[in-house]
Amino acid sequence: MGRITLDKVSKSFGEVNVIPPLDLTIEDGEFVVFVGPSGCGKSTLLRLIAGLEDVSGGQIRIDSQDATTTPPAKRGLAMVFQSYALYPHMSVRKNIAFPLKMAGMDQAEQEKRVDYAAKVLNLADYIDRRPGQLSGGQRQRVAIGRAIVREPSAFLFDEPLSNLDAALRVNMRLEISELHNNLKTTMIYVTHDQVEAMTMADKIVVLQAGVIEQVGSPLELYQTPRNLFVAGFIGSPKMNFFSGQEAAKHDAATIGVRPEHLDVSTSEGLWKAKVGVAEHLGSDTFLYVHPEGVETLEDTVTVRVDGEMALRHGDEVWLTPQDGKIHRFDGAGLRIA
Amino acid sequence: MATQHSRAAARLMNAPAVFVLLVWMLIPLCMTIYFSFMDYRPLRGVADCCVGFQNYERFITSSSFLSSVATTLIMVGGILAITVIGGVLLALLLDQPIWGQGIVRILVIAPFFVMPTVSALVWKNMFMNPVNGLFAYLWKFFGATPIDWLSELPLFSIIWIVSWQWLPFATLILLTAVQSLSSEQLEASEMDGAGALSRFTYIILPHLGRAITVVILIQTIFLLSIFAEIFVTTNGAFGTRTLTYLVYQRVLESQNIGLGSAGGILAVILANIVAIFLMRIVGKNLDN
Amino acid sequence: MARAVTTQRKVIATAAAWTIGIAIFFPILWTVLTSFKTEAQAIADPPVWFGFDWTLENYEVVQERSNYFRFLMNSVIIAVGSTVLGLLIAIPSAWSMAFVPGKRTKDVLMWMLSTKMLPAVGVLFPIVLIARFLDLYDTHILLIVVLMLMNLPIIIWMLYTYFKEIPVDILEAARMDGASLRSEIIYVLTPMALPGIASTMLLNIILAWNEAFWTLNLTTTKAAPLTAFIASYSSPEGLFYAKLSAASTMAIAPILIMGWFSQKQLVRGLTFGAVK
Repeated sequence: MGRITLDKVSKSFGEVNVIPPLDLTIEDGEFVVFVGPSGCGKSTLLRLIAGLEDVSGGQIRIDSQDATTTPPAKRGLAMVFQSYALYPHMSVRKNIAFPLKMAGMDQAEQEKRVDYAAKVLNLADYIDRRPGQLSGGQRQRVAIGRAIVREPSAFLFDEPLSNLDAALRVNMRLEISELHNNLKTTMIYVTHDQVEAMTMADKIVVLQAGVIEQVGSPLELYQTPRNLFVAGFIGSPKMNFFSGQEAAKHDAATIGVRPEHLDVSTSEGLWKAKVGVAEHLGSDTFLYVHPEGVETLEDTVTVRVDGEMALRHGDEVWLTPQDGKIHRFDGAGLRIA
Repeated sequence: MATQHSRAAARLMNAPAVFVLLVWMLIPLCMTIYFSFMDYRPLRGVADCCVGFQNYERFITSSSFLSSVATTLIMVGGILAITVIGGVLLALLLDQPIWGQGIVRILVIAPFFVMPTVSALVWKNMFMNPVNGLFAYLWKFFGATPIDWLSELPLFSIIWIVSWQWLPFATLILLTAVQSLSSEQLEASEMDGAGALSRFTYIILPHLGRAITVVILIQTIFLLSIFAEIFVTTNGAFGTRTLTYLVYQRVLESQNIGLGSAGGILAVILANIVAIFLMRIVGKNLDN
Repeated sequence: MARAVTTQRKVIATAAAWTIGIAIFFPILWTVLTSFKTEAQAIADPPVWFGFDWTLENYEVVQERSNYFRFLMNSVIIAVGSTVLGLLIAIPSAWSMAFVPGKRTKDVLMWMLSTKMLPAVGVLFPIVLIARFLDLYDTHILLIVVLMLMNLPIIIWMLYTYFKEIPVDILEAARMDGASLRSEIIYVLTPMALPGIASTMLLNIILAWNEAFWTLNLTTTKAAPLTAFIASYSSPEGLFYAKLSAASTMAIAPILIMGWFSQKQLVRGLTFGAVK
């Protein structure tokens, strides 16, 4: 079981209030991703749950037990660190067995579990090597192995993929998702990468400056972002924002249209624009265009078009937002339903 | 990571070190300060408290004080000049690709590990002795009159001996600093058209700046209290009496504790002036 | 530096470096050579280089006449004793400051360093007085304590910089893995810190071995280490070059070898981490 409840949890370092009182419930078996720009307090929040930091106020409950002052070792949680935090002087086998040894498990059971983890994570060939002799991806697997052997009530991941190269990151992302599907254990995953959040999460928690901006499933956040921040943060490429007259036409202070919801034509449309850069990815083409006579929050508007569309720098295009895909925000940046 | 529990444990673990250092620093120092205001000469059975700043006055106005300060400055300055300049050059040389670099490094570093009494005696007897020393043979070989180094050029001789001991220290630290200079930076400057000399002046020297400062400060701290080298060579004679040695003589040889203690306090103040600068640099380093 | 270098330049640099290296090392080499000569050969004019009758006589004489072995044991006891005592006090201290830094940690570290700056001569008489008062003058324990206190700031600083390099993540991982403070120290911290502790130990033994202010001023006969033993050769006895050389060789050989092993760590230790 792994139901984690945060009740008015707050954290301050001296004078600095990193996390104002915050409520959050993580259901058993859920894959929850904390996402936000760096310094938003997502890692701190994870460390509060882990018990590596003391809370300044509020209560943390794990399976309805008050765990606010329980030391990390007793919370039954396992953590995978950004740096992997493998013990450099121990072999892979000893690394994975360490939590079991600490729990005083008997030798035979330890070996059984380590062998199982090694098999699941494809580590059998490296089991007697030291972490220093492993590649980034292998180290990552060892760190995960060390976490799963304990059969914790929840896994905590602190930006585990940020030290891997792009290709490996995609692989590991899939592996972690698969692991969650198999184990069905609660996972809390911290990242600044909204792609990771979108692809892996059952539930995304968007944080900014220690405040929860929105909680919801990936599609909820994509379809109905609660405010400008979430709208801009979730989705790639970023949502385009228009202000001034165009927004006023929709009775809003700002309107937002995602790049994939803008139709492009070379002959007619709502807004005239000039192509700045065209990125041809094959499947898609991203156009960064300079609109003319429209007020936007940024200099360029991003448009996602079909990969076959052969537009180039300097071409003139017309943009038209698709029906029902316009997000409206009021003067305070909140979504207008 | 710090939770309440670990904080308390940490304080407890740090306590013994803080305590012994506090005792070590405060008690003897307070005693010295106290003695410095006394007329305390145990051999004559005099122990009068208190004579105000009389000891300081007498210590500072005595001719031996000024000459000892001058000797100290010349000695420390001379050693610093030799070791820093020599150290920079040697570090640059050892940084070049050479055959047997490791062995040369070992040869160069060796004198630093020789205990001060040994190096002083070996130099004094086997090299600087006017009759049997190697230098005497060398001088005779070239038809010159051998020099009695320690009585004719005593200050220079001690500077020489101590420089020999400390040159490895300066070289080792500066070599470490030179090696931490990225070769890309040098290559970039080469692409920018800098010749060997400009590379040294504008890239290497500024890069070494901090290491040089550290070398100067640390050596100064140690050199201000040179003792054994003087003790076994000239015993403070022939104008080689430094402030440290003068205080030592007042305290232990003539047993004028009051006067010696006043001198000791002056030495502490002098060392602290240097220490402040060193601490600033070390402290800055602690932040990053 | 990974740069193409002409062979010619490398030859010149090699020649220069070797010449200077041998020149700097020469006094040590000469001392070792002389220790194997007879007294007559030691002061022969012109000096003999290698073509002499190698003899171990000097070493025997030095041991017999001045009981070299006793001084050596004193040096070992004092150097090792002060180092071990220092480590016992310094390890918890450095550990706590490196891993549980508080607001005042930096100030405490700086203050500790400042005690090292205190010139020994400033506290010479009080220490002598205290030693006599406690009836500890010329004892091992006195020198062990005094040298430990002298070098404690260096030990703490060196350990601190080593501990600082151990990622906090790993200790936290151990905590998450259920390790108690004790198991954390035994299974994770100590094995990782061992290389650092070893080099700190080595450097401190060297410093204590060569310390020549307190060892000369706080001992007479019983606890006198090799520094004092050699200083006794400053009397006319020093004119026996071969014996002086034999005594010197024995006094520096162990530490020279240790020093060569620890040269990399030396920089960090002696600059309080300011140069790495």
